[in-house]
Amino acid sequence: MIDFVIVLAVLAGVVLFVSAPLRQMRASDRGSTELADLEAAREAKYREIRDAELDHRTGKLSDDDYEAIDSALRGEAIEIMHAIDTINER
Amino acid sequence: MAPVGRTLLILGLLVAAYGICASIYGARSGRREWVDSGRRSVYALAALMTIAWVIVEVAFLRNDFSFNVVAEHSSTTTPTFYKLAAPWSSQEGSLLLWVWLMALWSSLVLFLTRKRVREIAPYATAVLLGFAAFFTSLAAFFANPFTTTANPPPEGAGLDPLLLHPSMMIHPPMLYSGYTLLAIPFAFAIGALITGRLNSEWISVSRRFALAAWLFLGIGIVLGARWSYTELGWGGYWAWDPVENAALMPWLCTTAFIHSIMIQEKRGMLKVWNVSLILASGTLAILGTFLVRSGILDSIHAFGASTLGVPFVVLLAVMIASAIGLVLWRRERLRSDAQIDSLLSREAMFLFQNLVLVAMVFVIFWITFFPLISQALTGTKVSVGPPAFRPFIVPLALVLVALAGIGPIIAWRRVTAANLRRNFTLPVLVGVGTCVVLLVAGGVSARPFALAMFGLGAFVLASVAQELWRGTGARRAMTSEAPPLALLRLVRRNRRRYGGYIVHAGLAVLLIGVAASSSFQHSRDVILAPGQHTSVDGYLITYVRPTVAASSQKISFGAVLDVSKGGHRVTTLRTTRGFYPSQDPSQGPIGRFFNGEADSNVGLRAGLTKDIWTVVNPDLTPLSGLINEGNQVFTADLSQVMKSASRLSPTQQQAALAPLWQARDAAITAIAARYVTHPWPVEFLLIVDPLVTWIWVGAIIIASGGLIALWPVPALARRRALAAGRTRAAAQPVTAARELA
Repeated sequence: MIDFVIVLAVLAGVVLFVSAPLRQMRASDRGSTELADLEAAREAKYREIRDAELDHRTGKLSDDDYEAIDSALRGEAIEIMHAIDTINER
Repeated sequence: MAPVGRTLLILGLLVAAYGICASIYGARSGRREWVDSGRRSVYALAALMTIAWVIVEVAFLRNDFSFNVVAEHSSTTTPTFYKLAAPWSSQEGSLLLWVWLMALWSSLVLFLTRKRVREIAPYATAVLLGFAAFFTSLAAFFANPFTTTANPPPEGAGLDPLLLHPSMMIHPPMLYSGYTLLAIPFAFAIGALITGRLNSEWISVSRRFALAAWLFLGIGIVLGARWSYTELGWGGYWAWDPVENAALMPWLCTTAFIHSIMIQEKRGMLKVWNVSLILASGTLAILGTFLVRSGILDSIHAFGASTLGVPFVVLLAVMIASAIGLVLWRRERLRSDAQIDSLLSREAMFLFQNLVLVAMVFVIFWITFFPLISQALTGTKVSVGPPAFRPFIVPLALVLVALAGIGPIIAWRRVTAANLRRNFTLPVLVGVGTCVVLLVAGGVSARPFALAMFGLGAFVLASVAQELWRGTGARRAMTSEAPPLALLRLVRRNRRRYGGYIVHAGLAVLLIGVAASSSFQHSRDVILAPGQHTSVDGYLITYVRPTVAASSQKISFGAVLDVSKGGHRVTTLRTTRGFYPSQDPSQGPIGRFFNGEADSNVGLRAGLTKDIWTVVNPDLTPLSGLINEGNQVFTADLSQVMKSASRLSPTQQQAALAPLWQARDAAITAIAARYVTHPWPVEFLLIVDPLVTWIWVGAIIIASGGLIALWPVPALARRRALAAGRTRAAAQPVTAARELA
């Protein structure tokens, strides 16, 4: 009998928990999704900029290559930030 | 609680099936609520499997022998420590462990990505739940840990004695964590292929989990090696056993993946390669589980053998077919954004390293499965054994170590003469210098591969040290911090990079240990009587006296040996061979205590330069006369007592038999004591092995580097970096070096 009650309680809990999103009206979160993706991309881009700088300082990127990579990365970072600003202004 | 456990498994299967449908429907229809509901199915599955796991653990801890799995794999005398680990020594328990760990890791990744990769995540959820459904159905219908018996035995069979080792408490969960974690990047790669979002997005999610899988698998492999070295009594740490290889193959493949994704992140290259690598790693992880669980290949891990072959073969076929089909379907989108500029560049070295690792996987796969391949082609199962691996693996390992040294110091895109001079001079000098010094010292010229490994290992250590030195110098130039603090903060702020370099250093240390211990080992198989001695690699080893410890649980025959060199005492070694009672009645009431499963306790004196290792293998033939006599006497006594006690109740029978059992235990002790009172010559395996400790130290360094690379960047540092980066990117020129502070 106790086993049956436990199983019933677990079953009810699972059904309630799993179906909760289906019972809620939700606002569109497309913006927040895009924002999260862009913020992740921005973070990755900053890491690339730092890595390139460290590679340059430790002699693994020539001056010419570093300048080209660095300006390209910064350009990409600015593009990402513009996209973030656009979403934030909506 | 067994009925609850059985119901939880069925419920888990239903939840997984629902989650697959909800996730795919949500992704196809664009209805987020269904995707969220699918994700919650994973959380619910994790909760259900946690409860199921707790029920099994409690059954073991309470000696509930009504659970068949407890009766077959534990006993009242099994130490509590091992009772906790006993579930995964069984087929049933390990399948449940697989689902439980899988559900936990899946919940973690889906929780962390609940607001990211929203196109890919639902398909990844469906794949993860697909794996969970597969293993849950195996646990529910083929090897149910909640199967019970109406007449529970008063005592269980006990844990396999070979598993009574501390490593076994951690080794299987580590390997299973590695295998289950590999399912995550596999699932996200499938999701990326289905949705066509094949840029670095799926990699950013998968990387940390692939790294965690690599770390757990690595720890599991090393713990297994340690167990082999100290428990199996054959004198080695790696036997190229199929089950060892099953863990090594996905580890090597994941190593390649962890490196090559850097090229995709930086240059948009190797997309098809990366997705193929992780699909192969995931498939190899399932293959590893299959090898352990199916018993299709002869292995020292025979305790895992079973008949689950067919379902696994079907799963593997589905995985391979889906992976190949999806990659072919998306081949256009998997084209690289750029090309390698020069074969002398970091990108080319990464690619070369990947090829070496994949070649290693191929060699290991081919030789491991050769018995099956030969059987399929010729009808005869041909086992080739460890010597077949060496001609291929040794040169590949040398190239790999060389690349581990070159990788951190070679330039991106192309090498210039200035880069070569600046970065390679010192490490090359150290590597060549090491070889020269060793050649002058003598003793290594006959072992060219070992000499090469020592030189290349020194090269790697020097290149890593140089990188740490220069990075610290760059930081100090900006912050004027003290060197130790500058080094600490440099590593802390660039964990991925320097964690990786530390792993390279650990690999060099480990492989130096492997090269030395396998090339310069001295071993002797000798038979000694007490007082006799022998010599191994200049050490005088004397068999001082035998030892014995007997009970109805285990009989241990041992030896104490003195080790000296040049007249000076070095150490005392103690080794035993323990015999556990056999359940086979044909061995007789006394004989079964001397002829059951056996384990070894090695005598080991580990040192930084040399290990002195021994194991005793006593021949029990001199006791056979007494054992046979004891069998006859106690068989007769037992039948007499049982005849007179046949009309008594079970409790009264037990009471009537108690004096007989006491007499039997006394007889066992007396017979075993003959080993000490009338000692006879016994066999010893004696080994003096250099630098074995370097293997364990190297493994610890690798694990530390892996942890550093895996550990998230502190939130405060990340906020600072974001703020600084935003300013820098907007207002050029600025120096990112400032951000290193």
